Amino acid sequence: MPQTLPSDLPAEPAAAALPAGGPWQGFGGRGLKNQVLCLGVALLIWLLGGPGHGGFLVVWLYSAAIGLGCWFFIDGSRIVLSLLLQRRQRAAGTQTQPAHSRWPGALGMLPCIVLGTLAGYSAGTALADALTGLRTPSLMQNSAALIVCLLAAVGATFYFYANERLHQERAAADAARRLATESALRLLQSQLEPHMLFNTLANLRVLIARDPAAAQAMLDRLIAFLRATLGGSRSGLHPLAAEFDRVADYLALMAVRMGPRLAVQLDLPDALRALPVPPLLLQPLVENAIRHGLEPQVAGGRIEVRARVEGGLLVLEVLDDGSGPASPSPGSPGDGGYGTAHVRERLAAMYGAQGRFSLQARAEGGTLARISLPLPAPAEPRTAGETNPGLSTPRNTAAEHPGTQ
Amino acid sequence: MTTALIAEDEPLLAAGLQADLAALWPALRIVAVVGDGHGACAQALALQPEVCFLDIRMPGQSGLDAAQALAEDWPAGSPLPLLVFITAYDQYALQAFETQAVDYLVKPVDGPRLAACVVRLQRRLAERQVSAAATGEPALAQLRALLGSLGQPAGAAPPRLELIQASAGNTVHLVPVAEVVYVEAADKYLRVVTADREHLIRLSLRELLPQLDPRQFWQVHRGLVVRATAIATAQRDDSGKVVLSLRGRPERLTASRLYAHLFKGM
Repeated sequence: MPQTLPSDLPAEPAAAALPAGGPWQGFGGRGLKNQVLCLGVALLIWLLGGPGHGGFLVVWLYSAAIGLGCWFFIDGSRIVLSLLLQRRQRAAGTQTQPAHSRWPGALGMLPCIVLGTLAGYSAGTALADALTGLRTPSLMQNSAALIVCLLAAVGATFYFYANERLHQERAAADAARRLATESALRLLQSQLEPHMLFNTLANLRVLIARDPAAAQAMLDRLIAFLRATLGGSRSGLHPLAAEFDRVADYLALMAVRMGPRLAVQLDLPDALRALPVPPLLLQPLVENAIRHGLEPQVAGGRIEVRARVEGGLLVLEVLDDGSGPASPSPGSPGDGGYGTAHVRERLAAMYGAQGRFSLQARAEGGTLARISLPLPAPAEPRTAGETNPGLSTPRNTAAEHPGTQ
Repeated sequence: MTTALIAEDEPLLAAGLQADLAALWPALRIVAVVGDGHGACAQALALQPEVCFLDIRMPGQSGLDAAQALAEDWPAGSPLPLLVFITAYDQYALQAFETQAVDYLVKPVDGPRLAACVVRLQRRLAERQVSAAATGEPALAQLRALLGSLGQPAGAAPPRLELIQASAGNTVHLVPVAEVVYVEAADKYLRVVTADREHLIRLSLRELLPQLDPRQFWQVHRGLVVRATAIATAQRDDSGKVVLSLRGRPERLTASRLYAHLFKGM
């Protein structure tokens, strides 16, 4: 479900996840491909009736030797140049993108190609001359050969460069996808905490025997909670009343579990019921208030969720009179502030600087979590029972807000 | 008639367990149902049940901490209660229960699982009656091993602390760990005691312990860690506790029977 993710994933971790490897990586592979190219060039020259003496084998031998030399000098000088550039950049403390660090850039490649071709041609012909006993005119007297070699060198270099970029982009895309899946899983895990789920089921198991009607009501709440958490898209918007319903489902489950230790008050003025808000925005705050605020208290406590308009902003608050924000309960690992970080991320993505979130200790004890966002225009009234409105009706879709990607 | 205590903070689950036990084990009498860790320990000490069902995640104090407190404060002479831990989901704890062969139940507790647990408890109680001399040392050793394995979370150990920074008013005292004689838990603070003075720091013993070298500092009680070389004598009293005298400090400290095994002649 990629739509449940924070919309813009950072590019850095994806790039950092690329397979490590210096500029020398694939040196031998390029040499092999180079020889395939040389065979092609030799065939072409032979078919076009080029340098006539000696037949195809001799043409091939020269082509292979020159190609070998060109590959060795061009790729070799590229590797040396990239390493030098990398070292200088590291010394200067500038970050480099791995995609470019293996290549010295077009300006750097030009001398590599020209000088590499000259050196490669000279070395290649010398080698082939020694093997065949023939004498080849030097490069300066053989402009046709020079042009062929340079063209082949430029073409091959471009091919290898494009090839590597393609590989890297694919690896980066893979890494980004993996990161996205991990992030979705983490979010789901933080909301479908196994401890909460199994305890709820254990309560349900007892209720079935004692009070079937109450058990059924609890099961309905659990189903609604699971449907919202598992299936509910976190993109788009839904009416504030639906958001409060989801919070009520969760709190009803907790009320069965905690019994008299939990007191709940939900306060949603009628005028605000239809305002579109991002789905499950309040959920992590309510969960935190229970898990870190009230559950560690022997006497339990009271949780209040309320909405109001203040200075043109929609203000949503979750209050508890529990143990306060600074003291996470021992023995409840796994959260680590992920819920609140997620709320911040979503607000920033949807409303930019206008979406605010704060978490503070209350003077009378406990925690106050407050979200404020620009007052949206009310959504169209929708049919009852529809739990998960998508993007369709609300006039204020996320895309109209500044700061939205 | 066997007596038992149930410590579970969710009222329905406590009632459900009580009803299931009544059906499976009619001779079992539930003497108390408590909803928090401190209450569990206090009630168990007061009522001396033979079996304790302890939920792990409870307000106040976890079931594991309650078990430790119970074992430390349990009067000598009577055997420790059989402990059954209950959890909905605690991977690390479950792993430790398995390796230490501790009785446990996973919520929701199904009928057959609870029945098996009851049979095992009945067998252990019967064994206990045969060998009445059993002092409970195997039970203590088992609990010690369990708490030990849970006390060291997986992953890299935190770096050893060299210096303790204790603030008093506007002053911060820098106390080298090498000068610390003992550290004692006091409410929400730790008392860090050196040869000539003491400091308060706002840290729990659980947070501090992994940062101390266990060969230098011995935990001798759930709320007390002592530098081993600062202990002069250890004297066992009738209740199984061990009274320690120190080098360089006049006061005497008490090691609980859970850690009494540390003090044996060579």
